[in-house]
Amino acid sequence: MTAPAIAYNFAYLDEQTKRMIRRAILKGIAVPGYQVPFASREMPMPYGWGTGGVQVTAACLVPEDRLKVIDQGADDTTNAVSIRRFFQRTAGVAVTEATADATVIQTRHRIPETPLTEGQILVYQVPIPEPLRFLEPRETETRKMHELEEYGLMHVKLYEDIARHGQIATAYAYPVRVEGRYVMDPSPIPKFDNPKLTANPAIQLFGAGREQRIYALPPYAEVVSLDFEDHPFQATKAAHDCDLCGAKVSYLDEVITDDAGGRMFVCSDTDFCAGRRARGLIGRLGGDQKSSKTFANSFQGIWPGTEGAP
Amino acid sequence: MTANALTGGFGAPSIDSARAFRQILEAMARPGTIRQVAGAAPPAPLSVAAGAVLLTLVDPTTKLHLAGAADCTPVRDWVAFHLGAPLAPAEEADFALGTWEALQPVTRFRIGQPDYPDRAATLIVEVDRLVNHGPALAGPGIELVTWLNLPETAAFRANRALYPLGFDTILTSGDRLAGLPRSTRVEKL
Amino acid sequence: MYVAVKGGERAIDNAHAWLAEERRGDTAIPELTVAQIRSQMALAVNRVMAEGSLFDPDLAALAIKQARGDLIEAVFLIRAYRTTLPRLGASNPVDTGAMQPDRRISATFKDLPGGQVLGPTFDYTHRLLDFALMAGGATRTSPQRQEEAPPSPLAGEGRGGGVPQPVPHVTEILNRDGLIEALAASDATPPDLTREPMELPADRALRLQALARGDEGFVLSMAYSTQRGYGRTHAFVGELRIGRVAVEVDIPELGFAVEIGEIEVTECETVNQFKGSKTEPPQFTRGYGLVLGQSERKAISMSLVDRALRWKELGEDNIGAPAQDEEFVLMHCDNIQATGFLEHIKLPHYVDFQAELELVRRLRAEATALREAAE
Repeated sequence: MTAPAIAYNFAYLDEQTKRMIRRAILKGIAVPGYQVPFASREMPMPYGWGTGGVQVTAACLVPEDRLKVIDQGADDTTNAVSIRRFFQRTAGVAVTEATADATVIQTRHRIPETPLTEGQILVYQVPIPEPLRFLEPRETETRKMHELEEYGLMHVKLYEDIARHGQIATAYAYPVRVEGRYVMDPSPIPKFDNPKLTANPAIQLFGAGREQRIYALPPYAEVVSLDFEDHPFQATKAAHDCDLCGAKVSYLDEVITDDAGGRMFVCSDTDFCAGRRARGLIGRLGGDQKSSKTFANSFQGIWPGTEGAP
Repeated sequence: MTANALTGGFGAPSIDSARAFRQILEAMARPGTIRQVAGAAPPAPLSVAAGAVLLTLVDPTTKLHLAGAADCTPVRDWVAFHLGAPLAPAEEADFALGTWEALQPVTRFRIGQPDYPDRAATLIVEVDRLVNHGPALAGPGIELVTWLNLPETAAFRANRALYPLGFDTILTSGDRLAGLPRSTRVEKL
Repeated sequence: MYVAVKGGERAIDNAHAWLAEERRGDTAIPELTVAQIRSQMALAVNRVMAEGSLFDPDLAALAIKQARGDLIEAVFLIRAYRTTLPRLGASNPVDTGAMQPDRRISATFKDLPGGQVLGPTFDYTHRLLDFALMAGGATRTSPQRQEEAPPSPLAGEGRGGGVPQPVPHVTEILNRDGLIEALAASDATPPDLTREPMELPADRALRLQALARGDEGFVLSMAYSTQRGYGRTHAFVGELRIGRVAVEVDIPELGFAVEIGEIEVTECETVNQFKGSKTEPPQFTRGYGLVLGQSERKAISMSLVDRALRWKELGEDNIGAPAQDEEFVLMHCDNIQATGFLEHIKLPHYVDFQAELELVRRLRAEATALREAAE
């Protein structure tokens, strides 16, 4: 057996597959928030690791694009690196970490802090697209509920939270109603990010590979987080500023710095944080930090995978 | 088969269709905006834009309805060679192509099912020109309001009333196109 | 989190290099060849072909080598490769009735046309470790390959010499007497699980397709659960046959079908007890399994689960057994979907976890404040 040299198509997928995905994307755009079934393909990365987002991105990319890939808000998380490399290899597109410079951004679990603009596409990786799944596990039932706009069960669930906890105890993947019609799962973004979903100038596309669904928010679509009059939706975050750049308004990661209760809070959006520091904005512990790499180096020996000398 | 049926496809299919799709996506996501496409050279009477839409979205797995003057031998041959799409009556079509007059009555086209609203037709409507004058459009994809010279308003208003069911429309003229998804609210004229 | 991510690119490269080294193992020991895996790990190769839904023993063997023997990982490699292949056409249905089986047994009749052919089975081996294999002992040959079947006046020849005799399906013998449900032949194009999204409720063709590439362990456990009473179907193995079948493709330009090759398949048909219903007199019913390669555990399991899923069309009670639940079985039988989603929880979830942390802290603070106010 000879080893065949395999040349993959632009952006990996074959043309027929891309047409199928493109048709699904357009129907998703036409019916915002409705989950369009699509014949998701096996990808060379595992289901659950962004295959839906990768297929949507592959169907959208043009050679002129500048692609940004983030996971947990960061460009350098391992899975973001892996997906970015995949598209560098298979589509030859330029990549960037700067939100403002990107034309296509594939994300897992965050919406960038820097506001998006017209001409940009934000592609979300979605694990469970069905917002009603954990209230009703059957697709045959949830499909009926969407058809009949029977969203009472969701309100009951949220109300039970209030009865038990005094507030809605959903912190991420917080359900939204799109254009007054479909209840939609915004993917596991923190509810802090929910207000960025509505009236966004960018095109927002959602891909769930294993569950074979694509859905979309056209620009400026109206997206409302579910709530009650006496318990309005609140976008919350840790009550801290970023310890590196001092930002008060960004979503934060918590970093454990020792085993004696020491911790710091840093922007989850690494591009946003680096941009602020480059402009000389400095947080509580950011004074000596020249770069995130220097910061990381201070953990050498504690965290496997870090590099450089202290 | 007519001689020129073999030509007029995308020269570099994966790249040309990617660029065309991006324009179609922007057009559908921002109803009323007019976009430009290239790379297709279909036989008359098809426009470059209509040809590009077909090459980008239609294939053997989708049923195509050709209406009026578009339903001619050169187009049929071109469709057979480049798309391989089965031709179908209006009621079964995933995609339909023709002038607005030729597509009448548009109530024939599939509008999806209550549980699967995506199973609806996309109409590719050839128009003489596309300009941002005419009835006002509002809805998803439009920040406030925009205008587009639609061939009429009543049919699109009736289609909007079916939401989330309804057909979706791509208007094509020369090498330009505009999108009008079922979600768009059209001003009464 | 900020820190663990740094060095991501280098960490990935290092992990890949380390993996390659571990895959090769001790370099003092000769490297396995793909041909060795193909010929000596044939049942692993078969499983990878079946669940990868691609009949290519060389590629399956390569996948097993690359995956360090992790069969689900190997199936994944095959699936990811398979999906990039162009579709040149669809074959005609294979005719398992024309198969000259290497193995063919029936549990319902002592003897029957075509005979019982035991074939290369573990069935009557004593499961004693054979230390001779460890020492690289001599290979046993089977000079009496065709004579392994019990003597039978009706016996076929099995693989090997002699004139091939027809080996009719057991269920057809029952069908002739009207004792088993008739299945109408259909030329309808079945749905294609790999090209269309799963739509529920699924028809039988789609269910069988999903089960054929489903995880052997999952399908086995589902089948076993029916035997223990969770949707019991009283199954007998009417027939199990393993052998090669011709794959034929219609060539429109020629106007007839051309054989493009052969594949090995395992087919199981169960004969199931059925009491009859208000409209139907008592007769037997069928369960069906067809799997690429020699995979008889999978084929039998598949036919039991197939039969259990048919409760509705046969007018049986749904007792709420997992194996009767079409959506549950079909949505969870694929090990590539399952393993991907299971393992994705290894990925960073800092953001969602942080959101939960913040919520729990706030709820606790409020609860504490309330308690203190009350005291």
